Amino acid sequence: MPGPDGMAVVLFDSVQAAIQAEHAARAEGIAAKLIPVPRHLSTDCGMALRIPRSEELQVRALLERLGIAYRAVRAL
Amino acid sequence: MIYLDNAASGWPKPPEILEAMAHFMREVGANPGRSGHRLAVEAARIVYGTREALATLLGISDPLRIVFGANATEALNLALIGLLRRGDHVITSSMEHNSVVRPLRALLRRGVELSVVHCTPQGLLNPREIEAVIRPNTRLIALIHASNVIGTLLPIAEVGRIARRYGLLFLVDAAQTAGAVPIDVEADAIDLLAFTGHKALMGPQGTGGLYIGPRVALDELEPILRGGTGSHSESEEQPGFLPDRYESGTLNGVGLAGLGAGVRYLLEAGVQRVREHELGLTRRLLDGLARIPRVIVYGTKKAEQQVATVSFNVEGMEPSEVGLRLDEEHSILCRVGLHCSPGAHRTIGTFPEGTVRWSLGYLNTVAEVDAALAALASLVESTPE
Ligand SMILES: Cc1ncc(COP(=O)(O)O)c(C=O)c1O
Repeated sequence: MPGPDGMAVVLFDSVQAAIQAEHAARAEGIAAKLIPVPRHLSTDCGMALRIPRSEELQVRALLERLGIAYRAVRAL
Repeated sequence: MIYLDNAASGWPKPPEILEAMAHFMREVGANPGRSGHRLAVEAARIVYGTREALATLLGISDPLRIVFGANATEALNLALIGLLRRGDHVITSSMEHNSVVRPLRALLRRGVELSVVHCTPQGLLNPREIEAVIRPNTRLIALIHASNVIGTLLPIAEVGRIARRYGLLFLVDAAQTAGAVPIDVEADAIDLLAFTGHKALMGPQGTGGLYIGPRVALDELEPILRGGTGSHSESEEQPGFLPDRYESGTLNGVGLAGLGAGVRYLLEAGVQRVREHELGLTRRLLDGLARIPRVIVYGTKKAEQQVATVSFNVEGMEPSEVGLRLDEEHSILCRVGLHCSPGAHRTIGTFPEGTVRWSLGYLNTVAEVDAALAALASLVESTPE
């Protein structure tokens, strides 16, 4: 299933971690948006954080700095 | 009407809280952890906002270390029953609420060992007495932060340091203090902090929770409830991460929306300012009570050593009679009796008859304190000894 060009999603264990990540990413000016987990990636919590692929490294660094646990980052 | 029962439930609530709850019911309403659509996301955001506000208020660096439940009782049960096993030793005080005492009594029957350190009749605790009863198998110190009967504050920061020194976990029952007194879980060396939403935190009934610090190994803290969390749905095992491990079942979304608004209200006012206002009211109340004949006040009688909760008796009158007449003749609402704390009343010497308790909140005024004092004075005067 093709997604929007140049987007990626971050997958989380916990819904509340996904919310925390969205909050932190937006505070850094990253255009992050919570979306339902795309079915072909289907993991656990019902929400994933969609981010521009170009910002993946920045988002990973941010999550690691804040100690927000995530499962994986996948291209859309 | 003068409401002096804030230690039972804080009331009235600032309008922001009611608005946040009405907004949740009218505009959001979805399940805060179960779906990915916009209303579910919005509900989850509101719940996260409440976690974040509480984290700011209590000096908690990671909001996900707060797990929500129905009240302080649930949080205290999770901490005590989840942590303590046969052969473990736990230390507590003689001022505790039944929400600590009763789970501990049940654990005693399962082979947990218990030491109760006695407080003075003013409710004061000497931290060295805690240190003196530490054993090789001591696991936990569980302490009330302020008495719900006489308001006396216990020296949690000092006890926290002792717990750290001996490698013990430290559980604080902050039901009477969260929102009323500055708390910093890191400075006070608190590993587990139980709070309730409906008292000084300004939220509605049915909200509360437990802070779980990094020194608590999650695999050693068993959940009380297991079930759906919206996460790891493919697995039939309870998740191991925070907050999901301890948040099975749909949260009280509307309640947590209100609690978040309550905590933000406090953050805006500043807990220090809340504390100063309540100190002023408490001083005035203690001064006034000291001037009414036949009134016996319990506790340290020093506002700085307590929260805004004062217990007293009138010589020659039953607490229940005083309470009923205050309500019927003067529209003053308070709580009389044992306040779910028989041990505390034994400590202060008022078991089994109890006391009359006036408990104030941030929204009480000087005028209300003066009116309540005048009412009590006239009630005493009109009642022969
Ligand atoms: C010291 C103390 N601990 C625990 C509780 C229990 O709070 P809740 O009834 O909200 O569970 C209360 C209040 O009733 C209390 O005063």
